[in-house]
Amino acid sequence: MNLVFEILVAVLIIIGGVFTLIGSWGMVKLPELMSRLHAPTKATTLGVGGALLASMLYFAAFKSHLSLHELLISMFLFLTAPITAHFLAKAHIHRHVDPVRELPRPDGHGWGTFEAPHDAAAEMKAVMDDGPDPAAAEKAHNDDAGRSPR
Amino acid sequence: MIDHALSFALGATSLALLLNLWRLVHGPSVIDRVLAVDTMVINMIALIIFYGIHEGTPVYFEAALILAMFGFVSTVAFCRFVLRGDIIE
Repeated sequence: MNLVFEILVAVLIIIGGVFTLIGSWGMVKLPELMSRLHAPTKATTLGVGGALLASMLYFAAFKSHLSLHELLISMFLFLTAPITAHFLAKAHIHRHVDPVRELPRPDGHGWGTFEAPHDAAAEMKAVMDDGPDPAAAEKAHNDDAGRSPR
Repeated sequence: MIDHALSFALGATSLALLLNLWRLVHGPSVIDRVLAVDTMVINMIALIIFYGIHEGTPVYFEAALILAMFGFVSTVAFCRFVLRGDIIE
């Protein structure tokens, strides 16, 4: 039984190490930033996830000490990784990409990230003050449908 | 067996950190450097966890947790500074 746990922990540790290396190798190797963003996510999910699972199993099996800190760390990383990726992509698209020449043109509205912030509270208040106006409501709905969320 | 796996994983993670350092020094734009720092923080968390298994104490998890939080906050702050020129408006 001990040997089974040992093999399992060793395999998880190796998976963690290999995926951490693959993430960084991809970040060095890939040609441009938007594809470089993709590689380190493997290091975040599989690399650190494997390491955390390995340590949880190791301390539970060999030190008879079950700790849930690892779950806390992995949950925090899984929650924050998409946010950082989104911020990096947004910063890149605003600084280094020409929206007219380099991006495909969507139907109707342009790219939501380049538009001025849209004051939903003021629009709602105007609609409430004017009373129910079907045409305005319809227009507001169409506006919202064409806009990607900021 | 775990010792061999750990020495392999520590070596792989250190190599990954060196690759991140190459991207940090070389990376053509600011965003590349921010991405490199973010990945470095992730790899440091993995390194600390491997070292904690190696030492056999659960003390290092607090360090890993704090590093995860600081990494997230610093990346968001960097991106916000690059985007808006200001962090707290």
